[in-house]
Amino acid sequence: MMTLLILAVLVLGILAVTRLSRVYELTAELRGKREEEISDRDSKMNARLLWAFPFFYFAFFLWLTVAYHDQMLPVSASEHGVWLDDLLNFNWVILIVVFFITNILLFYFAGKYYHRADRRAYYYPHNNKWELGWTVVPAVVMIGIIIYGLSVWNRITTPSPAGTPEVELYAQQFKWIARYPGPDGKLGATDFRLINGTNEVGIVTPESIKARLEELAGEIAAEKKKLEDEGGYLPPAKVVEMEDHIKHLERMSGKIVNLRILMDQDIKEKGDLSQYKHGADDLVLKEFHLPVREDVKLVIRSKDVIHSAFMPHLRAQMNAVPGMSTVIHLKPTITTDSMRTVTKNAAFDFILMCNKICGASHYNMQMPLVVEPAGAYTAWLAGQKGFQTAAEPAKEAAPADTSIAPPAATAQVATATNALNTH
Amino acid sequence: MAHVAHAPATAEGHAHAEHHHHEESFISKYVFSQDHKMISKQFLVTAIIMAWVAVVMSIMFRLQLAWPGEGFAFTNFFLGDKWAPGGVLSPDMYLALVTIHGTIMVFFVLTGGLSGTFANLLIPFQVGARDMASGFLNMLSYWAFFISSVLMISSLFVEGGPASAGWTVYPPLSALPKAIPGSGTGMTLWIASMAVFIASALLGGLNYVVTVLNLRTKGMKMTRLPLTIWALFITAVLGVLSFPVLLSASLLLMLDRLVGTSFYLSEIHVAGEALDNMGGSPILFQHLFWFLGHPEVYIVLLPALGITSEVIATNARKPIFGYRAMIGSILAIGFLSFIVWGHHMFLTGMNPFLGSVFVFTTLLIAIPSAVKVFNYLTTLWRGNIVLSPAMLFSVGLVATFIAGGLTGIILADSALDIPVHDTYFVVAHFHIVMGMSAIFGMFAGIYHWFPRMYGRMMNTKLGYAHFWVTFVCAFGVFFPMHYIGLAGAPRRYYDYSNFPMFDGVVDLNILITFFAITGGLAQILFTYNFFNSIWRGQKAVQNPWKSNTLEWTSPVKHMHGNWAGPLPEVHRWPYDYSKPGKAEDWVSQITPLEPGEEEDHG
Repeated sequence: MMTLLILAVLVLGILAVTRLSRVYELTAELRGKREEEISDRDSKMNARLLWAFPFFYFAFFLWLTVAYHDQMLPVSASEHGVWLDDLLNFNWVILIVVFFITNILLFYFAGKYYHRADRRAYYYPHNNKWELGWTVVPAVVMIGIIIYGLSVWNRITTPSPAGTPEVELYAQQFKWIARYPGPDGKLGATDFRLINGTNEVGIVTPESIKARLEELAGEIAAEKKKLEDEGGYLPPAKVVEMEDHIKHLERMSGKIVNLRILMDQDIKEKGDLSQYKHGADDLVLKEFHLPVREDVKLVIRSKDVIHSAFMPHLRAQMNAVPGMSTVIHLKPTITTDSMRTVTKNAAFDFILMCNKICGASHYNMQMPLVVEPAGAYTAWLAGQKGFQTAAEPAKEAAPADTSIAPPAATAQVATATNALNTH
Repeated sequence: MAHVAHAPATAEGHAHAEHHHHEESFISKYVFSQDHKMISKQFLVTAIIMAWVAVVMSIMFRLQLAWPGEGFAFTNFFLGDKWAPGGVLSPDMYLALVTIHGTIMVFFVLTGGLSGTFANLLIPFQVGARDMASGFLNMLSYWAFFISSVLMISSLFVEGGPASAGWTVYPPLSALPKAIPGSGTGMTLWIASMAVFIASALLGGLNYVVTVLNLRTKGMKMTRLPLTIWALFITAVLGVLSFPVLLSASLLLMLDRLVGTSFYLSEIHVAGEALDNMGGSPILFQHLFWFLGHPEVYIVLLPALGITSEVIATNARKPIFGYRAMIGSILAIGFLSFIVWGHHMFLTGMNPFLGSVFVFTTLLIAIPSAVKVFNYLTTLWRGNIVLSPAMLFSVGLVATFIAGGLTGIILADSALDIPVHDTYFVVAHFHIVMGMSAIFGMFAGIYHWFPRMYGRMMNTKLGYAHFWVTFVCAFGVFFPMHYIGLAGAPRRYYDYSNFPMFDGVVDLNILITFFAITGGLAQILFTYNFFNSIWRGQKAVQNPWKSNTLEWTSPVKHMHGNWAGPLPEVHRWPYDYSKPGKAEDWVSQITPLEPGEEEDHG
């Protein structure tokens, strides 16, 4: 009913406008008025409107700024974010000044010099001094903006010092996984071919390779059996598809066997320092915590398509690209609890969201981020289960501690783990 | 059908007229025409139809954004129960709509439509040529454009829906139907359509370049060309140099999708299965795409700026200020546009130092852009401005160029790009500076040259109504988006209600949708005015705007060869408006210099 009503109003409105304009056209023709002869009255009316427009335009601008000021991102919760906010405000000052000056000139001139039959325009084809002026002044301003901008950019992108704790963010349709190094302080190697239900990010360890090869062998056998049993009844296209799939699975197995050879050799050469020995204790988590006031290196990877790790409150963003890893260095400066006080919002949470179109549920690919004091952070980490060490945490953690010198944070984790166990 | 009746007296004209002195069939006059004027009209009408498709799409996703999850009969009417059950847009179709809306607007309306219409109409007319260098290639250019439009529209009707990976079609999303249904047949058709579109752009572009360089009439030095021609010429050069790169990028994507190559794919595990593809890089596609994509921004914008320069000078009855500086800024923008593409990719993990280089080159573009703005302002200063609809749209262009250009300075700064990249701030920026400026330039061109195209006048009063509603709505739609973006809201989200942090700004979406619908309705005024005037508009006189350029020296009634007698000879630059010592406030380019008169220009 409502739809019909709207439709009727629309149709009638359009009809009315077209009829009215037709009446106007016919009377204009009768009076001998020519369309190209824009009367000075018409020019004047539009000139007045051009003068009125900036008032509404600027009022709209001011209203939006005042009314939505407190809906903008709150104070930055990361160290570099503060630099960015300063840079942004510096730019805003320049841009808003230019915005007002140029718009005022534009609408003032366009409205003031409307056509009058008794006037003649001022013939003024060029003036090299003026033109040089508005080439050089913008150039100087831009150089200022470039220098300030790049100095901040360089500070932000300077790699964090060696030994900065790493956390991996693993993106996939449509969720995030955070991977933390276990007690050994190092993230283990990964391979996408090892991904399955129990190994969501594809960590490479002798055990995960063995399990995945067995799983693939099972799948191949099942597919072959199915082909043997039902192949006679299936349409040829389906048979070809199944054969292709079997070949695909066999190729996968082959690559994993190659990977195993590489791994065995690497372990033989480097022993416990091998990257393939670091994975077993990794923590693969659906939660994302960071310690406050500590440098962290976020390593960002993707399983399927391009995603983007966007943490607006930390002013941090980086794409997650399949086949490569990207990095964000940052230092959170405000805990979730403090932020709740600052924003006067008890339900406030830092958020990690996806900011690169990635599929149907792109709009809901999020994970809350908890920034907390170091103590709470290590306690939380200690309560998590390792990838393959969950069954015997204390025993595995202890030898790892002695074999390599762990960074300070890792030692804390280890102690926390022990404390938890004795408790 | 009507034909060219009068045989010109001069030998040169006669030889030419003889060639065409036969009854033309309907097909050769209106369908497979090789006449630049008809081809220009074909481009324009096709673009208007495509623009309506894109506008209706935008209304549907604006409804979803304003009232997420609510059903609308409007949406259901167009999409049916499969894509809009109960009138609620599905998330897949939402992405498809934003993808195709962007593709149509950028390529079909503002590239094919804008350049196709005005390069075809104005280049032969304003350089004083009988037609394009190759009428046949020109015809092919339109029909390739037509086929690509049909392919793009047909992709809306396939199982799985049209391409939905965003108008930038980044792989792997666009390569893997398992990742999103639109990357199946829909995406294949998208690539096919773009390949044909690029062929059209190249055929057209080569023709424009050759015509401008070789077919200028006697006296038409490069420094006497109207700024429209300079803009369209540089646009064509940009297109010829950059579109082939997009073609290669698309073909490699096609191979990845259909043949199993790995140009853009590596280490992918999707829908429960690891893929065989190894060794490619999705970032390679982005480099190739934006190598076209950034010049594309200026392919869209330069013709609009050229049209505006011409319309502002004519209607202000005043020479364009700093003619040579305007040419210089077009050249500078054209050149710089090739070395800034990386600013779309600051956050792809590319080397931060490389990012710095792109920051530097990108921010340099602000300088020629500022020159253009100040030259427009000075042209208006102490003019005697006839505020025709075309002139109003030109003023509108300068306003949007300022508003959108300034926010570009933020986005070009790699550090500042981090918090606003891919948010609504970007959507606001490019819709204002590229979308609105270019479409305002296009409207200015249509109102200004309609009498030249159809021999009739458009209704001025409807033009005023069209301008004011469109102008206000343009800011009403895109200005608030800056705030949504600064609040951190990402673009291409189907629904923001899963994020409490955006609760405070989503009510702006209702305001935006209100303006979007009103602005959309205003285009009915334009469409009615346009088509009504083709058949019923007042008959035009030869030079309705008292303009200096050559197209107004050709008879109102279209004829092959444009001028009945010999080609006009040019004696002066095109901007001798209100020149002291002249009785009239305009002097046509074909008027010889008086003894002692100086050809004084910037």
